[in-house]
Amino acid sequence: MWSFIVRRVLIIIPMMFIISILCFAITELQPGDFLTQYLDNPRISAEQIELMRHRYGLDKPAYERYFMWIGNILTKGDFGYSFAFERPVGDLIWERMGWTVIIALLTMIFQWILAVPMGIYSALHPYSVGDYSLTVLGFVGLSIPDFFLALLFMIFMLNIGSTNIGGLFSPQFIGASWSFAKFWDLLGHLWMPLVVVGLGGLAGLMRVMRGNMLDVVGSPYITALRAHGLDEKTVKRHAIKNALNPMVSIAGAELPNVFSGTIIIAIVLNIPTMGPFFYSALLNHDQYLVMTFLMFIALITQIANLFADIALAMLDPRIRMN
Amino acid sequence: MNSTGKRIMKSFFRHKLGMIGLVILILMYLMVLMADFISPYNYATTSSGYVNAPPTKIHFFDESGKFRGPFIYALKKSRDPVTYMLSFTEDKSRIVPVKFFVKGDEYSFWGIWKTNIHLFGVEEPSSSAMLLLFGADRFGRDLFSRTMAGSKVSMTVGLIGTFISVVIGAIIGALSGFYGGWIDILLQRFIELLRSFPRIPLWLAFATILPPNWPSTWVYMGIVAVLSLIGWMGIARVVRGMVLSLREKDFVLAAKISGVSGYKIVIKHLIPNTLSYLIVVTTLSIPGMILGESSISFLGLGIKEPMTSWGLLLKQAQSLSALQTTPWLVIPGIFIMLAVLSFNFVGDALRDAVDPYRTVDKL
Repeated sequence: MWSFIVRRVLIIIPMMFIISILCFAITELQPGDFLTQYLDNPRISAEQIELMRHRYGLDKPAYERYFMWIGNILTKGDFGYSFAFERPVGDLIWERMGWTVIIALLTMIFQWILAVPMGIYSALHPYSVGDYSLTVLGFVGLSIPDFFLALLFMIFMLNIGSTNIGGLFSPQFIGASWSFAKFWDLLGHLWMPLVVVGLGGLAGLMRVMRGNMLDVVGSPYITALRAHGLDEKTVKRHAIKNALNPMVSIAGAELPNVFSGTIIIAIVLNIPTMGPFFYSALLNHDQYLVMTFLMFIALITQIANLFADIALAMLDPRIRMN
Repeated sequence: MNSTGKRIMKSFFRHKLGMIGLVILILMYLMVLMADFISPYNYATTSSGYVNAPPTKIHFFDESGKFRGPFIYALKKSRDPVTYMLSFTEDKSRIVPVKFFVKGDEYSFWGIWKTNIHLFGVEEPSSSAMLLLFGADRFGRDLFSRTMAGSKVSMTVGLIGTFISVVIGAIIGALSGFYGGWIDILLQRFIELLRSFPRIPLWLAFATILPPNWPSTWVYMGIVAVLSLIGWMGIARVVRGMVLSLREKDFVLAAKISGVSGYKIVIKHLIPNTLSYLIVVTTLSIPGMILGESSISFLGLGIKEPMTSWGLLLKQAQSLSALQTTPWLVIPGIFIMLAVLSFNFVGDALRDAVDPYRTVDKL
């Protein structure tokens, strides 16, 4: 087990190295650089732009800039400098990390709390009206573009006269210290991104859970449990436990998806996560911010997969790590 | 047709949701083909008198309750004396009948015939009355006509993108599985690498590579390229797995002994054997591509004016003030949802039909 974990962790290092080259290449391929937007600005002369280009190091050849960037990450933990925000990229991302992680995790919890019981119900009542309704509901959730759903919710909230639209807090609570009223206000804002992002993955999760459960319920060991005279409740408990095991690896794959699924929604709903940040950095050619964000999301994917593998190995003794 | 084919067809046509999806898709693609004919106006024509005009109500009975066939009332404009906002009210004295096959803006049908006949509309010039089924946007353009024009982009991007990615995925996957060795290792590592990014940030990052000064037809091709560049990897992986088991089969050995070249074995013998999977995965990846295009365009990184797509149309509805004053701007979203839902239903039905054990996983 330990050798497996060590090997998996070690693989991440060369992977991240190649990923960093890829991220750099993508941002280099973008036409123009951060200073291109100043070319049309009559208040800034061509000489000034040249000066800035030199100061930002943008006049150096690409490979030199790449090695400088990667060297600074390895030696100083410095992820580069954001041109637009005029601050270190590491600090900027760190600041936004809190809400991003909270919203991603809450979204996943929301999905799982709904999807698992729905899947179990569907599997225990296959081809019933309830099963079909849940399937159709799941498909609708899967098919509705999340930004469209967000717009619909916003229209709905406007129509019922609510002001809890966009952002995470009402204006009077921004900067206020934590209180019950502030927490309540937060909940009033928070449900929308959770529901909007969560609905998308709900259908897939539900279908997988339903499939797993159907497989398990039909397997010989469940028949054996019944033959032993165990009551239905105990049988069900065994079935659910075994059907849940493969879901762990899906949870690992789901986290990065939820993470990136919040990007568009956060832009629409104006939520201070990394999403709107990444978007504006892309538009501004804020190269180091884009690269670091992409690296970060790739790292999260790697780590989530690693944890999923380890958790699966611990939960399911049939899986051997050789 | 052999018995397996019959069984598949029968099972597919019995799937109720799949049939509903299929009918909707056929209607939607008819709409794409007839887009210019169905839309009463040119999608790019602006009418300053109808800025943010609400959807026109179609009436059948006039004020006195007399049946008059379908008609609309011409609009009366007034400005709010405080906010200067335009508001529209129906002018009950001016009845404008809605007619079929009316003459309107000239357009060229499929780029071949020049005509000015539209499926329906009003005969009055747009300065005196307009039939705005979905309302108008902030330039006074007819949203219904724009939605029709957008369907041409939104419904084809997914189709072409998926086709390209399936072709790339099938060939690379089959080559990788058939030859094995270092080609296989290299390709698989590369796929793993690209798959360690979630799709949305990768879409957005690749979309910003397209130069902003490109004309909109090039941007369209660029978006197709971006979508298919990211879409082929999952397919390649599964095809590789299938080819790995197929290449040990006797018919491949027979082909090898007969001296058929490796490339020909892949194209002629291995890929056709994965065809049922490829068909299913094609229908199931189209919705993802449609959503991808609309997301990219919604954020303003995709399709550009004067071309339009459903995602780009929704972009105008993004602000709170737009949602409050012109909520009809979100109507194109319903079309995205319908298209994606129908493809999902059809894909699901196909998957159930092709695979008796239902083991083909959704990507």
